Amino acid sequence: MEGLNVADANLAVYIHPSKAGKVSQAILRQLSTLLFKYIEVFDGVVLAYDVTFRDKNAKVLPGINSYFGVKLKAKMLLFSPKPDMLLEGKVVKLGKEALHVIVLGFSSACIAEEDIREEFHYRIKHGEEVFASTSHRRHVIKVGSMITFSVKSFDEEILHISGSLIPENTGSTKWLHKHVEEGSIVERSIKKQKQKDDRSKMQEHCTGILDNAGLSLNAEDQPKKTKSQRII
Amino acid sequence: MGVELATERPGFYEMADIDVSDSELVYHVRDALKSVSQGDSDRYNQLIAVMHYTGRLAPDEVAMLVTSLKALSGSISYIDIIHHESLLSSIFGMSMWNYGPDVMDALVELIISLAASNGKFVDSCLDMLVRNFMPPKSYLDLLGHPRGLARKHEVLDRVHSALSHIADLVPLAPMRLTPIILQRMPHMFDKEALIVIYVESMLLLESSALGELVGSTMLMALVDRLIDLDVEISWDDIIHEDSGKGIFDMELEDVDDIIDHAEIDGFEHPRGTAGSQILGTNAVADKLDSLMVLICEHLKSCADGERLTKVFETLLQSFWVTVLNAYKSKFSQFVMFYACSLDPEHCGERFAVFLADIFVCRTHPALTRMSAVAYLASYLSRGKFLPLSLIASTLKRLVDWCLEYCHVQNGEEKTINLEAHRVFYSGCQAIMYVLCFRMRSMMDSHRLKSQLLHMPLEPIFCHQLDPLKVCLPSIVEEFLRQAKAAHLFTVSETFLFNNLLESDLSKAFGGMERLDMFFPFDPCLLKKCDRFIRPSFVYWSMVKTTYDDGEDCSSEEDINEYFDGNGKSYMESGITRSLDEHDLDLDEFEYQLNKMSITPRNSLKNGLIFKLENPFRMPARIRPSTSPESL
Repeated sequence: MEGLNVADANLAVYIHPSKAGKVSQAILRQLSTLLFKYIEVFDGVVLAYDVTFRDKNAKVLPGINSYFGVKLKAKMLLFSPKPDMLLEGKVVKLGKEALHVIVLGFSSACIAEEDIREEFHYRIKHGEEVFASTSHRRHVIKVGSMITFSVKSFDEEILHISGSLIPENTGSTKWLHKHVEEGSIVERSIKKQKQKDDRSKMQEHCTGILDNAGLSLNAEDQPKKTKSQRII
Repeated sequence: MGVELATERPGFYEMADIDVSDSELVYHVRDALKSVSQGDSDRYNQLIAVMHYTGRLAPDEVAMLVTSLKALSGSISYIDIIHHESLLSSIFGMSMWNYGPDVMDALVELIISLAASNGKFVDSCLDMLVRNFMPPKSYLDLLGHPRGLARKHEVLDRVHSALSHIADLVPLAPMRLTPIILQRMPHMFDKEALIVIYVESMLLLESSALGELVGSTMLMALVDRLIDLDVEISWDDIIHEDSGKGIFDMELEDVDDIIDHAEIDGFEHPRGTAGSQILGTNAVADKLDSLMVLICEHLKSCADGERLTKVFETLLQSFWVTVLNAYKSKFSQFVMFYACSLDPEHCGERFAVFLADIFVCRTHPALTRMSAVAYLASYLSRGKFLPLSLIASTLKRLVDWCLEYCHVQNGEEKTINLEAHRVFYSGCQAIMYVLCFRMRSMMDSHRLKSQLLHMPLEPIFCHQLDPLKVCLPSIVEEFLRQAKAAHLFTVSETFLFNNLLESDLSKAFGGMERLDMFFPFDPCLLKKCDRFIRPSFVYWSMVKTTYDDGEDCSSEEDINEYFDGNGKSYMESGITRSLDEHDLDLDEFEYQLNKMSITPRNSLKNGLIFKLENPFRMPARIRPSTSPESL
């Protein structure tokens, strides 16, 4: 999946003097206010962070409230979807007019009818609403399937993605992995490697940092699980 | 072509095309929406007109509305936030309370689709749903009737399931929901019915799936609101400047005295007479009462659902932030009391330990520590559900702290700076207060008796700092009386209380806030929520004291038996207990409560006479909130 990257940042966190006794806790708390928000400076949504102190000394600000600034080095996991990127998400609602998807458990995406390519037709199979491909019988999208779609636009405030299933390499992720064309095998394997890299990087940074976040990128991830660990 | 509808409202669809299919309707609506940007707003305006159908709708109007809403749900991607602003504001302005279930369903479906399709609509959709927590003002009276109640269930079911659906589709929606709910909360001077129905929804959210995310904010906002209302109830209505009254006294004034008092003091009320001022306060008290009932019921359901421990943590946090430091909160703290009574093992103990921790911790401000120990003393005394072992161990903590404090003080001070040692004095007073209530039960238990006898009370009370002289006289008096009967310590007569003017001293340590006279868990005066508290509450009349060897006996016997050498009579307590035996008439009780005074009752004239004759009785300046002590 594209759109995820790890960035190095030099930060300065300003802490109130009352927290001077528990600096680490204060820093982590301050940084956790950044989570799941789009930060312009980083140009992305902060998903996880890992901090190390740059300097043992902190400069005290002059003024009535003498905050002191602690310098940090942080590795941030950022999510910044840009148009035409390919993302993966789980379908949570399927209707004739739109497809509703959740990406990484926190970002909602909507694919409107006109952004679904001609190949897919809305059908009701076995009492279930699906989008079935007319050219490949087994290529079916229903509630609960993971799909790959391309980004049309990204609303930074509510972290809502507007998506499209027009490009050829979009659709049900499972099916796409199984049925690759000859020419794109190499491309796919490079993509797979990149995904694996991203995943391992994320796992590295995720564990132990956000004790409760447990962001897991397993395909079977239920939105409910990560939702409960969201920080409000 | 089709026939024009013969109604005042312009029809959106021609009646002849009655069997037009759903998809055709959707295209029709899409065209209407698209044509706005091209300048043609006719069909668009007709669509808006449909949204504005009000009053009793005919079946065809209902059908029109439902089909229009459904068609809009199918054309979500064509709705533009700028071009179709008036349509959107019409939709968001609709109140589900005005319609039947069909329209409600279609409307909810539209709202959910809008929220999920475009991030820009999320806030407005959530806002619309939150506004539907409350009915239109005109509907409020109907709520009492079965039809209104049925509508209420219809609406709230759909609203809450819509919120939960939106949260499923837009995971970050709860984050946006919280500030909207807090913002839309009715003002505390709004109608009681409005506040109550809104709070019901807040509590419903707390126990729903969304509760994990928004629940704690809901609870904290509710406790804040309780304190807001609490603060509006004036102490003047409850306490009266009165002489000759002490904490363990049973004499209560006449109702008339209160009114006279008010007039004497020359209360100028914008609303008019003293009577109506009390009534005005009553409205606030009623609101507080209703909210507390709702919260207590909610806590009960949490306890049944085994969620109480988690909810209690939020309550405790809220108590710590809001209630503890509020100036003499009157009734809001009973929510904590009730929660503890539901789960004495965990919550009950947790609360006691929490308060004791605050008291002994030096980094908290003095006022907070004094307030905490006042809460602790009142809590340990009044909680029927508290195990004696917990009370004993908490007492031990207090005693140890006080002893430590005494050891640290070794200066030969000629004059003691009372304010400097106020935390110590409040701790001593707390110990005495708890022992007044619990000494007898502790003495009756073999193990606790020896624990109590081994507690280093003498060094504390006989210390140079002289807490016996400084603490509130009525408490000291009662404590010494009981201690003597229990042979708690070997004191000579000289240490027995013989003050005359010491109430000034207690005021000195109590400070302007009079924290020396703060007994937060004195009986709750609110009618409706009292039924939650009563079963777990210890009234003074229920307390067996150490000098009470007889069973229920008549007042004369009491008077004769308990006469000590000083000539100080125990008559007060005799009268006290004899008053208890009176069955308080329930109607009169209610009537008195309505006057927002301490449920006064026409006291025995004897009592008053005794007062005058007894020079040793220390007049307390301000009477603390006392109780209708008898059951």
